[in-house]
Amino acid sequence: MTTTNTPTDPAEKPAEGAVAADLLDPRLIQARGPAGYLSALVQRLKSGDIGSLPIVVGLVVIVIVFQSLNDTFLNAFNLVNLCLQIASLTIIALGITLVLLLGEIDLSIGSVSGVAAAIVAVANATHGVNPWLSVLMAVIAGSAIGLLHGIVFTKIGVPSFVITLAGLLGWLGVQLQILGEQGTVNLPPTGTLLDLGQQKFLPTWLTYTLGLALVVLYVVTALTGSARRRKAGLSGQPIWVTAVVAVFLVVVVVALASKLGIDRGLPWIFLFSVALVLIFDWIIRRTKYGRAILAVGGNIEAARRAGIKVDAIRTSVFVLCSTLAAIGGVIAAMRLGFANQQSGAGDVLVNSIAAAVIGGTSLFGGRTRRYAPLLGAVVIGAIANGLALMSLSSSVKYIITGTVLLGAVVIDAASSRGRKSSGR
Amino acid sequence: MTATTGAGRPSTGTEPVLSMTGINKRFGAVQALTDVSFSVNSGEVVALVGDNGAGKSTLVKVMSGAGPSDSGQILFEGRPVSIPSPSASQNLGIATVFQDLALCDNLDVVGNLFLGSEITLGGVALDEAEMERRSWELLKTLAAKIPSVRIPVASLSGGQRQTVAISRSLLGNPKVVILDEPTAALGVAQTAQVLNLVERLRDRGLAVILISHNMADVQAVADRVVVLRLGRNAGEFDARQVSTTELVAAITGASDNVVAERAAREHRTAGSEGTNA
Repeated sequence: MTTTNTPTDPAEKPAEGAVAADLLDPRLIQARGPAGYLSALVQRLKSGDIGSLPIVVGLVVIVIVFQSLNDTFLNAFNLVNLCLQIASLTIIALGITLVLLLGEIDLSIGSVSGVAAAIVAVANATHGVNPWLSVLMAVIAGSAIGLLHGIVFTKIGVPSFVITLAGLLGWLGVQLQILGEQGTVNLPPTGTLLDLGQQKFLPTWLTYTLGLALVVLYVVTALTGSARRRKAGLSGQPIWVTAVVAVFLVVVVVALASKLGIDRGLPWIFLFSVALVLIFDWIIRRTKYGRAILAVGGNIEAARRAGIKVDAIRTSVFVLCSTLAAIGGVIAAMRLGFANQQSGAGDVLVNSIAAAVIGGTSLFGGRTRRYAPLLGAVVIGAIANGLALMSLSSSVKYIITGTVLLGAVVIDAASSRGRKSSGR
Repeated sequence: MTATTGAGRPSTGTEPVLSMTGINKRFGAVQALTDVSFSVNSGEVVALVGDNGAGKSTLVKVMSGAGPSDSGQILFEGRPVSIPSPSASQNLGIATVFQDLALCDNLDVVGNLFLGSEITLGGVALDEAEMERRSWELLKTLAAKIPSVRIPVASLSGGQRQTVAISRSLLGNPKVVILDEPTAALGVAQTAQVLNLVERLRDRGLAVILISHNMADVQAVADRVVVLRLGRNAGEFDARQVSTTELVAAITGASDNVVAERAAREHRTAGSEGTNA
């Protein structure tokens, strides 16, 4: 607010002169310069507005523990594997995040992802359908399932818990039907899908290019956003903050790209899942549709009175959730090379919900942290991966994942108490 | 039985912005409103008072479109209109702030103010800067004391939440604002804050209808008081001249018989002189 001066239209300047309209209230504690900004940040953390800090700290702890127990954890080969492993989980968790934002639940995501895996495998391998057409069929089936859930939920008024519980069983039955007698269908060993799921990686130069393009995109949106705010007589983000964040992002991009480049590189399926998370993050925070989802999750009566078509929003979110679950199921089948009766079963459902919650999505609707599905999936994937490296049994994996989930919920509850007591 | 003491108001010469006559509303075997008339002028605060079940909420629902009347005539700016739905009411220029406020706790002040009518860039992305600028502008004209419009409304006080809800209703540039129990459950200072806001709405030339149980608030801010009792008009008073006792008498029905009402009043004044005055 003091460092830069964008040319502003004098008519739009606030009457008070230099002070922006959102900083006029004398009760606001003003943060000036880097030191002030830092102390404001510390103040925010103290008051319980902790952002993604717990998950970052948690990840650091996980990395330190597993790396000290087994030094192959952080090598390039294992990190590429981790990326492959969490692509499907990230996408399914993204879907359930949207449903959780409404304050609802979808228990059928595992079964729906299994149905999609079965459809793509049977169509492509058994009936020789074009691979992309098979994928399209599986995804459309997912959307149709979501539409059915949404309509039963909004028009008949059956609680989402019950519909999707029925869906959990029902769609599992459909999955077994599609797979038929043999139970396991392998994808064609030299086919496009298997290749994309297991063998396709970005060349390192492309990883760099994409990563740096993202940083440029961040800088441009931050600068134009601040300029717009200043033009409107509000305070903008100081340019040095933008610079610090940009430098930090460049470091992350270079570190990741060079590390993954030592081995096979960044998997296409992981890039796809990250892109979906970024796109939906933007939709939730920056569009009318996303605002409507948050409003329905926050206070459905307020949303209705504001003229939001509540039923349409809810139905669309169930469609999105099942569609994303189907995409996740297809990607899981592509990575594993087959679909069987266990596809989408076991811990897919609980891991997806856990990833969304660990990432900072509230179970009560209306609140999520940025990139929650991705960060949560990284935590869960890292734990599973690290324990597998140490060849520990799945009993230990379940106990640790459960503990981390509980910890995440406890931290969220504690921080929201802090938010309330300090008036945020 | 209608005792009108509000003659000679400065606004009586102008045409009422909203006026209703002969309003009837029936729920099954219950006649909720019988032949009720009501009117409000621009730049006037009319308090609508009455006991529980007097028909205040039913009358508000007739005006807000949530529960249309069975019969009766409604004139808006002199034209006969019908208000069959909430959107019809809003399109006419009637904004209603219900008691439960209907705010989204998880959204910030800007998000709540513009909910459902967000300003966008190119129809897709939200124009947060423009919405925030207009929020400050609106809050400033109301002299509303909200430190930041970027904090979730969950962390605001009751009076601030009421301010946000009232500000929100003003975004559509209404001509009539209906406030349903705006000071219920508020502390002393916050009540004063909301009453100041009501006066500012009047100063902006809006017609304000204030539903309240609190006689002190009514007398502090209203120009005219309309009393309902058992679904009928039970009196209309000049708020500057009426005493609490008279209002209470009209609300409870002790004024049904003028003689009894006078006697009761004299009795009460005589009785309270030793303790109160």
